[in-house]
Formats: sequence, structure tokens, C-alpha cells
Amino acid sequence: MSVPFILFFLFALASVAGAIMLIVAREPIHSALSLILVMVSLAALYLLLGAEFIAAVQVIVYAGAIMVLFVFVIMLLNAGVEQRTNLSKMAPYAGLPLAVVLLFGLAHWMAHSAIGTTVANGVGAPTQTAASTRLLSEMLFRKYLFPFEATSILILIAILGALVLARKPE
Amino acid sequence: MNVVPISYYLVLSAILFGLGVLAFVFKRNIITIFMSIELMLNAVNLAFVAFARAHNQLDGLVFVFFVIVVAAAESAVGLAIIITIVQNRQTLNVEQVDLLKF
Amino acid sequence: MPLLDHLWIILALPLAGAAINGLLGKNWPKSAVNSVAIGSVSLAFLAVAETVREFLQLSANQIPWVKTYFTWMTAGPFRVNFALQIDQLTIVMLLTVSFVGMLIHIYSTGYMAHEGGYYRFFSYLNLFMFFMLTLVLAANIVVMFVGWEGVGLCSYLLIGFWFLKQSAANAGKKAFIVTRIGDFGFTIGILLLFWTFHSVDFGTIFQQAANMASDTMAQAGVLTTICLLLFTGAIGKSAQLPLYVWLPDAMEGPTPVSALIHAATMVTAGVYMVARMHPLFSRSPIAMLAVAIVGAITAFYSATIGLVQTDIKKVLAYSTVSQLGYMFLACGVGAYAAGIFHLMTHAFFKGLLFLCAGSVIHAMGGEQDMRKMGGLRKLIPVTFWSMFIATFAISGVPGFAGFFSKDEILEAAQSGPHANTALWLLGLVAAGLTSFYMFRLIFLTFFGKQQFDEHKVHVHESPRNMTIPLMILAFLSIFGGWFAAPHLVGGTDHFDSFLHPVFASYEIQHPAGQEESLAGSAGEEGGIKPSPAMGLLHAVTGPPVIVGLIGILIAWWFYIKRPDLPKKLAASMHGLYELLLNKYWVDELYAATIVRPLLWISTNVLWHRVDEGIIDGTVNGSARVARDAGGKFRELQSGNARSYASWVVIGAVSFAAILLGVWMKVR
Repeated sequence: MSVPFILFFLFALASVAGAIMLIVAREPIHSALSLILVMVSLAALYLLLGAEFIAAVQVIVYAGAIMVLFVFVIMLLNAGVEQRTNLSKMAPYAGLPLAVVLLFGLAHWMAHSAIGTTVANGVGAPTQTAASTRLLSEMLFRKYLFPFEATSILILIAILGALVLARKPE
Repeated sequence: MNVVPISYYLVLSAILFGLGVLAFVFKRNIITIFMSIELMLNAVNLAFVAFARAHNQLDGLVFVFFVIVVAAAESAVGLAIIITIVQNRQTLNVEQVDLLKF
Repeated sequence: MPLLDHLWIILALPLAGAAINGLLGKNWPKSAVNSVAIGSVSLAFLAVAETVREFLQLSANQIPWVKTYFTWMTAGPFRVNFALQIDQLTIVMLLTVSFVGMLIHIYSTGYMAHEGGYYRFFSYLNLFMFFMLTLVLAANIVVMFVGWEGVGLCSYLLIGFWFLKQSAANAGKKAFIVTRIGDFGFTIGILLLFWTFHSVDFGTIFQQAANMASDTMAQAGVLTTICLLLFTGAIGKSAQLPLYVWLPDAMEGPTPVSALIHAATMVTAGVYMVARMHPLFSRSPIAMLAVAIVGAITAFYSATIGLVQTDIKKVLAYSTVSQLGYMFLACGVGAYAAGIFHLMTHAFFKGLLFLCAGSVIHAMGGEQDMRKMGGLRKLIPVTFWSMFIATFAISGVPGFAGFFSKDEILEAAQSGPHANTALWLLGLVAAGLTSFYMFRLIFLTFFGKQQFDEHKVHVHESPRNMTIPLMILAFLSIFGGWFAAPHLVGGTDHFDSFLHPVFASYEIQHPAGQEESLAGSAGEEGGIKPSPAMGLLHAVTGPPVIVGLIGILIAWWFYIKRPDLPKKLAASMHGLYELLLNKYWVDELYAATIVRPLLWISTNVLWHRVDEGIIDGTVNGSARVARDAGGKFRELQSGNARSYASWVVIGAVSFAAILLGVWMKVR
């Protein structure tokens, strides 16, 4: 068992554990913290896959900003223990089983899919990703310039929206 | 040198996605449901990065970049909405926010 | 030939009169309505006269003169043109209808002078003239049917003219519905006619029929079926057994209506139709026998009912039914010309009888029961003499119009080519009964003691616009039959010879080359021609005359000499008397066996079960199903986000499964 494998399983386990804790936790703050665990594990996995820039972005933006926002909101709203209402008849009887089906089906399919097996040894050497950031930014500002600009506008709109919505009612 | 097969990453991505769906259906707190959405997005990100690696292309990473950006924007607005809901309905239980019915 | 090319003018004139009076005449003074109505009918009569003049100048191969104006409807091989035709038969009918119609229009201005709805009456009357003339002028059976139905409509409108009176409204309905039964047969006959001959034009049909083999007594083919079906229409329209029941009730209408429609013209449409279709009838012995039997039985049956009726108009109604039976008897034994001749003379004297009855009723201030009259002959002399003349005519007294026509019919029944002794006997007895009850009517009404109080009832003669038509018709009742007079003395019957080309056409060729003479009654068969004087003596001492005179004598005995006798006779033959007085309870029979079950079916089956149950049930049921389904679907939108999420998951999973399946197959 080589080092990448061990690292992979370690972080994979961590992310799955975090996900399960998210479901199981009673308090939302616990769920938030579990989610942070998942994200950080995923960042490690990105590193293993050779996407350093993305890993950094994941930690800084996703875990560092978005999740902090979540935690702030939980604190602001004083979200406590979740109530045990069960008004939906559909959810436990149809949604749950099917969600499980989806989970295992996807997993199984992914495992035995052609793409998964054919590219088993297509992972290149870490040297290829040395200039990945530069290459990434080149691609971002050339090939994907329009989406880039559109996304910046999207962020602007989101800011405005959030401002308007979260204002105190006068 | 043994590398981890891509399929492993894909399976992990699928598992995380499935768990996200489970949480989405199972939980009652609005914020928790929102967080499950983030979980699903993360799972998808993992798949993208894995495929980028598999095809030795960087397009997948660009996509992940955009997904993260959009997730940020969406969380901001979504949480603002949640705050408004809580201010109006004084509850965080999604089953009690059911006025849009027949 | 201006008018012959524009025959439609004859139709347009009364139609215009009807339209103007009907649409505009509501607030006009009576004089304006009169001028429009009488003007249109008189102009129509003048147009007819001019048409006759032009017609007489035509050569033989131009007759029948057919004018097609436009194509009315086409559907594949089915083609109906608006086409009018003239031949000698049409001329006779046109003259009768327009002249008598004109006289009755003039009479009505007096009779209806004090009635409300004056304009409506004349509008309907003009409309009736239009339809009757259409019927007569038609060159194909569909246009004839238009006229047929139209006169039925006008009959309904005019019988129920006083529509606020329940009995009048019912009578109108009854007339229309009963004739409808006959019209149903008529319609099927038209369809069968088209199916057999692929045309509805008379000319084409008769040409083809002439080349067909005729049916025999043993075998009824399509010709017989067509004739029987058409004849059922005639049974309804011309009030024969068993569809006569509407005619007595039709007396609810104003008397001029009874005179014009239910005596002179509409009811004769059936006879005209049979005469017009004679090529078909001559080739179906079974149908002809049926016509003759129905006619003879009706003549006898109706005469028996007329014996004891007390309402003056009802007596005349049953008399009309009886006389129509004579006309059908004539057609049934092949004496078509005799039947038409009787149609014409009947129009004169029966029209006159009804108009006089109207005059009597007018004089008596509305009273119609003969038992309450009596001794009127000094008080209303013009009416009396006119009615007296008409009664002689209908009784077949020699010299008057009815004698010639009735005599010809009975002679044809006795010794014509299709003679039938049983039917001749029926006709003979009916003739006797006819003269009896007609003279009974005269004696009860005009002779004897006054049964009313002179101070209560102010008896007065009718005004001039009523009496002049009476006098004209009285003149015709005497001299209108003299066309046939030379026949008695061995000469030719002018009427028969005039109509000969019509009824001699399309004749059946017998192997020996002899033609069956269908035109008029046969004269003396072979042998030595008797001298004119002998012929005359033979005619005036024949059985019909004898029987007629016996009838008059008995009536005189019962009602002048020994007025107490009728009551004693009625009392002793109580059962028979009741049977006749109640018209053999036929109306009650029909009501019980046909009307009530139909009403029951309509109410319980058709209304409750079909309409309410099935139709409403289906419509309401489908709406209810839609509503309930909608209600169930509505519950999907519960407002609960978790169930929505579950649905999304379900959708995603199914979609993924499909994709996977497709992908698997593709691989």
C-alpha cells in the first residue's frame, strides 16, 4: 500500500465521516462544523489530484468564507435543536429509500464505469501540474473570459440581493 | 508507483452526493438543508477535478472555480432569504413554512 | 310566351303578399291589409289565367312544359332543381286553387272583420296559397314535398289561429302531428323513389317507369312499395282512414280556413299526388287496390259518423273525409280523370257549403249547434239558397255539378277496367248516406221551427263581400260540372278529353297492342251506340241517382214530416247511436293505445332515464371526475418542502435510470 493510497483513504474516510455527521447531528452548528471537515478533506484530495490552486481556493473561499457565513447566520438566528416534526408523508417513505438507491447506484456505476477504469493509469506525474496556476489563469482569461465576466456580474447581483433581503424591515 | 485510480474518486464523489441528497430529504432545519446543498456541490466539484485529472485537461478545474464562485453567491442570497423567513415566521422548521399550498 | 317562361311569378305574388302583410301589416288599417292580400291573390289568379291562355297555344310535344330555374341542391348523383311544370292536370288544379282561393280571400274580409290578428290571418292565408301553388306546379317530387309540408304548416298556423284557446291550439298540434305520420311514409317513399330511379324529376322517373315491368297482384315489387309509401302520406294529408282524426278537430279554425284548406285545396293534395304519380300506380295493382279500398271504406265510414253529428261544421268535416274517399276510390279503379273532376266540383260545392256554414254561424252570432237553429230560410235567403244548391250538388242530383263527377266515379267502380263490385256497393251506400245527412243539415238549419229566441239572437244576412263569393260558387256548383254533360248523351266528356293526354301518357302496353284506357271512365263498351235520349235516361235513372233521391226522401221524412222520429230511432237503437255519436271512439282508442304509452315512454324512459340519467350523468359525471381528479392532484401542492424534495429525488432517480438503460443498450 503506497502513500497516495493511504492518504486517499484517510481523507476519503474523513469526508464521509463528516457527511454522515452532518446528517446525524442534532444541532445545526454541529452540522456546519462537519461540513467544514468535509471541505477540508476534499481540499486535501484535490491536492492529491494535483489541483493545488483549486485546493487553495476551496479552503480560502469555501471553508473560509462561505462556511463562516453559515456559522454567523446560525449564531444570529439562534438556531437550536431541531424539532421533530414529521408532516411530510412523502419524505420518509419515498424520498429516503430513493435517496439511498441514488447513492448506491451512482457509486456502483462510477465504480464500474468505463471512464473510471480506462483512466486508471492516466494520472500524470506531478510535474505536469507545476505551472497549473498559470495555465489555469490563461484559460480563465482566454477561453472562459465571458463566463468569468458574467460571473462577476452575478456576484454583484447577489450582493445587492442579499443587502436588500437582509435589511431590517422599516 | 501506484496511483489511485480515478474511479475511486468518482465513487467517493457519488457517495458524498448521495449523502447530500439524504440529508436534503431527511433534515428539517432550513440551514441544515442548505448545507446539504453545499455538500452536494462539493461532491460534484470532486468529480470535476477527478475528470480533469483523467483527461489531463484544465477545463474541469475552471469549472470548479466557477462552481465555487456561484456557490458563494448563492449562499449569500440564500441565507439572506432564510433570515427573512425566520423574521417572518419565527421558525427554522421547513415544514412550518407551508403557506404556498392549495 | 312571357308567363310560361316566368312561372315563378305565380308563386311570388302570394308569397310577397304574405311577407308584406306578415312583416309590415301589424299596425295597418284593415283596408291596407285587404288590398295587399286580395291584390296578390287576384293577381296570381290573373297570372294563372294568362298562363292557361298561353298553354292552350302550345303544341302537343311541348307538353308537359317544364321550366328549371336553379339547382337547389346537389349531393353526388342526387340533384334537385327548383323546376316547375305545366300540363293539363296542373292547369285544372291551378285554376281551382287560385279561383276558389281568391273567392275565399274576399269572403274572409267580411267574416274576419271583427277579429284580432287580422293581418296575421291574411298573411297565413297568402302563405298557404304560395305553398299550395308550389305543390301543384312542382316538376319533381322534392319541390312537391316542399309545398306539401308548407301547406301542412299553414294548416297548423291557421287551425290554431286563435291560439289562446286551448282546444284550438291542441287541434293545430293534432293536425300537424297526425299528418306527420303520413309524411314520414312519404319521405321514405321519396328516398326509395330516388334509390330506384336515380332522379326525383317526374319526367325522368316516368320515362324509366314506362320501361319497367309492372308488378302483379301476386308480387309486390319496388314500384308497389313506393306507391304504398307515398299513399301513406296521402292518407295523412287527405284525412283517410286511419289518419283522418285531425280533420274534424281542425274545425276549431276560422270557417274560411276550413273552406279553403280542409275542403277545397290542401286535403286534395293527396289526390293530386296520386293522380300525378299515375304511371307508377298503374303499374302496381296492389297499391291501386289499396287506394281504392281505403277510399271506399273511408267514404262509407265517415258518412256513417256524419249521420248523427250536431255541430254544423263537424258534419261538413266528415262529409269532406267521405268525399275524399270517393276521389281515392276513383284513382284506385283507374279513373284518374274522374277523381280530379270530383276534386274540382267538390272544391266548388264543399267550399260553398263551408262558406255558407260560416255565414250561418255569423248570422247566429257564433252558434254552431244545429239543434239550436231552424227556420232560418226566410231570414238569410242568400245563404239559404246557396247552401241549398250546394247540397243538391253534393247529393248527386242530376243537373248539378256533383252528379256528373260522382256518377263517373261510381260507373268506373262498377264497370271500368279495374272494377270492383264490393267497392262500388260501398260507394253507392255512402252516396245515399251523404244525401241523407246533407239534407238533414239543411232541414235542421233552415226549415222547421226556430229553436232559438229571436230576441236573444239577432239573425242578419251577411254583408256583400261574403254573399257575392257564395253566389259565384253556387253558380259553379250548378254549371261547373257541365263539361261532362255531353258524355251522358253519347258525346265526349270535355273534361276527360282535356285530361286525356296526361293520363294516357306512359300507359302500359298490352301484348295485343291494346292500350289500357286510364283516361276517364269507359263509355259504353262496344255494341250498338244507344241514342242520345236513351243514354240520358240511363244516366239519370242510374243507381247513384236513385240512392241519392232515397236519401233526400228519408231526410225529409225524418226532419220535416215527422220530427219526432229521429229521437225515437235513436232511443231504440241506443248502442248504435252512441257508437256513431262518439265517432266509434277512435280518438279515445288512439289516445289510450298510442298517445298515452308514448307520453309514458317520453317521460319515464327518455326524459328521466336517458336525458337525466345518461346524458346529464355523463356530462356531470365527466365534470365530477375532472373535479375529483383535480382535487387529488391539488393535494400534491402541500406547501411542504420536504415532500417536494422527495419528488425531485424520485424524478432524478428515474431519469438517471432511463439514461443508464439507454447508455447500457448503446454500449
